[in-house]
Amino acid sequence: MVEKMDSLQHDVLIVGAGGAGLRAAIAVARDHPGTSVGLISKVYPMRSHTVSAEGGAAAVISASDSLDDHAYDTIAGSDWLADQDAVEVLVENAPDEMLQLEHWGCPWSRDADGHVSVRPFGGMKLERTWYAADKTGFHLLHTLFQTALKFDAIIRYDEWFVTSLIVADGRCQGVVAIDIRTGEMLSIGAKSVVLCTGGGGRVYPFTTNGNIKTGDGMALAYRAGVPLKDMEFVQYHPTGLPGTGILITEAARGEGGVLLNNEGRRYLQDYGLGQPLDLKDPDHPRKQTMELGPRDRLSQAFIKEREAGRTFEGADGDYVELDIRHLGEREIDRKIPMVRELAVRYVGIDPVHDPIPVRTVVHYMMGGIDTDIQGATSLPGLFAAGECACVSVNGANRLGSNSLTEILVFGARAAVAAADHARRVSPPSNQLLENSAGSEQSRLETTLLRKDATYETTFGIRSDLQDALEEGAGIFRDKTTLERACSKITSLKERYENLVLTDTSRTFNTELVTALELGAMLDIGEAIAHSALARTESRGSHQRTDHPDRDDPGFLKHSLAYRSEGNPTIDYKNVTITRWPPGERVYGGE
Amino acid sequence: MGVSDRTVLEVYRYLPENQTEPTFQTYEIDSQDNWVVLDALNHIKAEIDSTLSFRWSCRMGVCGSCGMMVNGEPKLTCETFIRDYDTMTVRIEPLNHFPVIRDLVINMDDFMEKLPTVSPWLIPDQDKPLDEGEYLQTPGQVARYKRFSMCINCMLCYSACPVYGLDSSFTGPAALALAERYNLDSRDHGRKERAATVTAHEGIWECTYVGECTQVCPKDVDPAGAIQMLKLSYALDWAKSVVMPKRGRS
Repeated sequence: MVEKMDSLQHDVLIVGAGGAGLRAAIAVARDHPGTSVGLISKVYPMRSHTVSAEGGAAAVISASDSLDDHAYDTIAGSDWLADQDAVEVLVENAPDEMLQLEHWGCPWSRDADGHVSVRPFGGMKLERTWYAADKTGFHLLHTLFQTALKFDAIIRYDEWFVTSLIVADGRCQGVVAIDIRTGEMLSIGAKSVVLCTGGGGRVYPFTTNGNIKTGDGMALAYRAGVPLKDMEFVQYHPTGLPGTGILITEAARGEGGVLLNNEGRRYLQDYGLGQPLDLKDPDHPRKQTMELGPRDRLSQAFIKEREAGRTFEGADGDYVELDIRHLGEREIDRKIPMVRELAVRYVGIDPVHDPIPVRTVVHYMMGGIDTDIQGATSLPGLFAAGECACVSVNGANRLGSNSLTEILVFGARAAVAAADHARRVSPPSNQLLENSAGSEQSRLETTLLRKDATYETTFGIRSDLQDALEEGAGIFRDKTTLERACSKITSLKERYENLVLTDTSRTFNTELVTALELGAMLDIGEAIAHSALARTESRGSHQRTDHPDRDDPGFLKHSLAYRSEGNPTIDYKNVTITRWPPGERVYGGE
Repeated sequence: MGVSDRTVLEVYRYLPENQTEPTFQTYEIDSQDNWVVLDALNHIKAEIDSTLSFRWSCRMGVCGSCGMMVNGEPKLTCETFIRDYDTMTVRIEPLNHFPVIRDLVINMDDFMEKLPTVSPWLIPDQDKPLDEGEYLQTPGQVARYKRFSMCINCMLCYSACPVYGLDSSFTGPAALALAERYNLDSRDHGRKERAATVTAHEGIWECTYVGECTQVCPKDVDPAGAIQMLKLSYALDWAKSVVMPKRGRS
């Protein structure tokens, strides 16, 4: 594909080819002609985890809705930790991004009159979630991927794994990456680098996230001195399938599905989420109540029910039931066909006839690489967008259907900022690129690829890390559990130093990729545990049983974890409040 | 069937830097009743042999990474349960008809190069500004192309297609189905633009309608049906141009 080192140079290099990365690449290629775009991904673009998103993408479209309502719902959902200027950018640009997708061919579901349909979603006051049945992420990703194929300016590096950022003269000037197929290590120079690498749910043992979600980009930035922001906020989705953790979309509840405990009770009424309406009531499901409350509250309620002995016991852990039978076969097949497909295949339940067993499951990271409202990080030349970034629009709890919107709005926005930056700086020297690849090559040869006896395994350390985070930094945490997680992670990082691979071959070495991913997972796991330990309050998804109340005077602030020798340094910065002063989160329709 | 069962996996191994010919390696494992083939492979990689190489990610049948031959049939291994095989031995090989990079990892460059040749993107009549809103499209109009938009690019259809097996210049089922997906979209006006690739010798006319692609498709896309529809519509164009050369097709 590439003959010479010095040919690997781009104006803008995007790392990650999911929704954010593809949207960014198209933004540069279409709106900045003459700009060379590199798009590098450890998997083929259509394998990216955006593909697994199901329920939809939020954007105001109906006349009865308003941008301010979308903004307020998002901010209240975030427990006031979102930056309100960023939220305004999100909601203002959301409708155009959805329309742009429509103009690129996305098969949005439609009303009888031909207009795009919208459905209700948790924590949203009105129906504003655009959807393509319940494979919204799949259609969105393939629409973007296929559209990107139009642009010759986009040069793809499929199945290349980035091992480090090239930083010189105080700015980011490219990346060093391994071509997974050949094992060759090369530098790719760039005037601007945009990280769009997604989240890292795989640091937990039970997650909806695919195998590739290992926080690579977050770790790249963290190692280059950029802080990770609000990492203590990890979203557990209330409805995953036991055993596999496969997501059952919130759209199942948006369409009217209800949650039942082992007494057959719609238990959410006992957790300040309002009173249940009869399933035949035309107002069911009522927005922002009961099953359409926010994910943090619903997941916390599950744990309380389990503690009270009101969950079902199953071979793959405790569960509650998600009942959609009253929707009927026709509606289920029309609106949420994948729910049925997944339940039948993976738990042997046909939701037309039986309730689906569901339990809480790690789903999303609100935290990530600290960026400003343009997607720029503190390191000149480095930008980030999507789940790997923290702008922040999600604060302490993301509302369902805001993440697909975020990757489009901020993917495009970061691309514009990166293209502007690229016009102002000179390209990296060939010497710098050559040296960077060389030193990265020898780093790997003296660590993971050294010829030595194996006495630690990638898989052993990884599963210990996952357990440490689940036990220490789960839905409810306290000082004791978090301190234990921190010290376990410290010892796991020491064990990682002793890791030697069994597979030292060059061709498609997946053990090497897994070990490099594990290095990233340890870094972000450390940031999660230490940020959670330092935040002595409860807010959104971060629930400290030893500090059960929200503490605005102390913690209406973003945490910033900086990598350092030993434990990370935790600092804080203020939340941007524009028009919505902190208040109580009210769900339940009162 | 019990909770756990002794299963023998015969797995295709090939590492080009060390081997000229592939071999089969046998792994005996205790597989759980709810395991898919991919679970067994991950168990082997984590517990027995970390050198075994294969692609996977979502493990819910939507990312398209984990297609392999399972007892001779192309399957998505994340949705293929071991319990569904009567035999104690299950044979796992890389997808047929593709060069092998290593072990179970195929080289799909050919598809990635062919895909753009069918222009799988919306080609509107004229660019419509965003402030004019969405193109209207009724649920019925969506239904016309929806099935062909469900392709996850998993390559199972290429692996099953006897034509592609004999002549890899054939554009192939998934790419052609995507061409028809856009041709059938009421917002699209690109079918003439796609004609060059679609009706070329390597395009639809090479398909002998064996229908294997549709048989193996895990997402019910029906590429064979798409190709038949393409044949019909482009043949009609041709016929019209012969019968009514001055009118052509609008």
